[in-house]
Amino acid sequence: MAVKLKDLITKERAMRQGHRMCPGCGAPTVVQQALLAVDDPIVITAATGCLEVSTTIYPYNSWGVPFLHSAFENAGANVSGIEAAYVALKKKGKVKKDIKFVAFGGDGGTYDIGLQALSGAAERGHDFTYICYNNQGYMNTGAQRSSATPKGANTSTAPAGTVIPGKIQKPKDLTAIMAAHHIPYVAQTTIFNPMEVIEKVKRAIETPGPAFLNILAPCVLFWRLEPSMQREICKLAAETRFWPIYEVIDGEWKLGYKPRKYVPAEEFLKPQGRFRHLLKGDIGKAVIADFQKDIDEEWEYVLKRCGETWEPQA
Amino acid sequence: MPRKDITSGNWAVAEAMRQINPDVVAAYPITPSTDIPMKFSEFVADGLVDTNLVTVESEHSAISACLAASVSGARVMTASSANGVALMHEIFPIAASYRAPIVFGLVNRCLGAPINIHCDHGDSMAERDSGWIHIYCEDGQEVYDTMIMAVRIAEHKEVLLPVFVCQDGFITSHCFEPVEFLDDEQVTKFIGERDPLLPLLDVDNPVAYGSLALTDYFFEIKRQQIEAMKHVETAYNDVAAEFARVTGRNYPVVDKYRTEDADYIMVIMSSAAGAAKETVDKLREQGHKVGCLRIRLFRPFPAKAIVDALKGAKGIAVCDRAASLGAPAPLFTEIKGALYDAGVHIPANTYVYGLGGRDFFPHNAEEAFMDLINKKMSTGERYLGLRE
Repeated sequence: MAVKLKDLITKERAMRQGHRMCPGCGAPTVVQQALLAVDDPIVITAATGCLEVSTTIYPYNSWGVPFLHSAFENAGANVSGIEAAYVALKKKGKVKKDIKFVAFGGDGGTYDIGLQALSGAAERGHDFTYICYNNQGYMNTGAQRSSATPKGANTSTAPAGTVIPGKIQKPKDLTAIMAAHHIPYVAQTTIFNPMEVIEKVKRAIETPGPAFLNILAPCVLFWRLEPSMQREICKLAAETRFWPIYEVIDGEWKLGYKPRKYVPAEEFLKPQGRFRHLLKGDIGKAVIADFQKDIDEEWEYVLKRCGETWEPQA
Repeated sequence: MPRKDITSGNWAVAEAMRQINPDVVAAYPITPSTDIPMKFSEFVADGLVDTNLVTVESEHSAISACLAASVSGARVMTASSANGVALMHEIFPIAASYRAPIVFGLVNRCLGAPINIHCDHGDSMAERDSGWIHIYCEDGQEVYDTMIMAVRIAEHKEVLLPVFVCQDGFITSHCFEPVEFLDDEQVTKFIGERDPLLPLLDVDNPVAYGSLALTDYFFEIKRQQIEAMKHVETAYNDVAAEFARVTGRNYPVVDKYRTEDADYIMVIMSSAAGAAKETVDKLREQGHKVGCLRIRLFRPFPAKAIVDALKGAKGIAVCDRAASLGAPAPLFTEIKGALYDAGVHIPANTYVYGLGGRDFFPHNAEEAFMDLINKKMSTGERYLGLRE
């Protein structure tokens, strides 16, 4: 299981240079880290989104492996169809090699419009790994709110106005929803520790049956974040407990990261322009207090599921 | 030895699928096509096929999985109707653009509202510009035979397009009638093995399906699809000729019934041609020179074959089991266009009939023929079997 960095350095990348993602974008980091975990041949499918449009601008193509995109809401169904064809053709001897299947979707294509197809694929038990690169909004179309957008964020369809302070709802807990499918592997993580991501993806891919990873990855453009802060903001997401890191392996919840100290939510919010309006005035203060309350509750829930306690250092 | 049995249109599709033994079937139930995946799942459960049956959670996922399996290199089939077809709509032009052969048992049912489970052609007509091949069948035998031929047409190297094999919901899909089946070995031999071009699962030769092509390439890619459609009629005729050699059953792109010397011709599709042909016989006995032209291949539209069949007539009645709300009915529009392009001017009446499963009786056909015979011609809309 252990992955060695020196073995990965010389490995051929499945996604190659020349793609047109923004500097600092989290999505290509997710893809590069995830695919370093795979040794077998792979076939990739992706939902419509930034990753897909920026890597396959005809006649160019950044993928060094087979790639299929067809629509926004059907990455789960696409990966089902590919895997179904593979199983049938392998049995007939028409496909010889062992192949792994990875689907990528943003949070729009995963939490929202693609949830049904993903749920169906998970329930049917196809052998695939689905990776949600979660940048908390419809960033490809200009920062509209999704059901993954955090409370208080300024988005283009839930803007911070004089009366309403950005998005008022908290995100749905998709990782727990996927765990409730009782599939063999579910994980939630983010991209500040590459080896940790690679090991999780490796486990997901090597696990027979459906596997799901929800990987928080910033959209620096619409999080209004310095592009150089990709890694730092992900670390803050974990340290503030905004984004708990855990796995659910065959139903067993396992905490992956316990911050040593209590770090208030503001530390995660402050570097991001999408929360700037919360840092002044009484309404913003109230939203941040609520934001912190949600974090504390969610963290308690995860601790309980993992059978853990947390005593931060003073 | 070929065997004859009493079966329904739906079971005829399922039996064809058993014999074709596709690699992947992804399907979702919807009336009136539900019998197809139900019957086929029995074949899977009893080990009579090698197919990987994917029982998806929606029609959208059914067609998405079919598309993905097809570009992966598998031989793929599915079935649906009405709202299911409408839910799949987004993926149809994508499947055609990826040149993904898929054979689709489409059991025609109207699109609500009001909700109604019975036949009209509104569901498939709404997909006429999706880039798929459309074949409309009159009875269970033709449905069975066409499913087998469709595999060859879809996978033809000059075509590589998905195919709708349409039959009338309930009227054909649930009607039990004698159907002659080929031997399993005959079907296996006729369809051969799929030899996919650029399959996704060829990991040593990676390809990307689903690129972003904007103002600089999109138009040229669509033009290539138009070119592929131009190859369909030749491929169809070659496959139909070979099928006729094996079975003795002929399926030209249009079915000409006593049209050779006819003064007045009814143009119609699918099961209603039965009532039309019966009426032709009756009126012929009375001395009227009438005929029926049934359009089997609707996309691509076989304009030349249609004009050749109609050009000697003095009047035609085009009967549509679909309405194009706010414009003339779809088949009528196509027929007029074909005649205009050929410089043939024949008075033509347009009739809409049978919406929502309203029966089409021989007396409805006779009413339309008598309009022609009595020279009651007009360009306005007319209806058969409607209370007004």
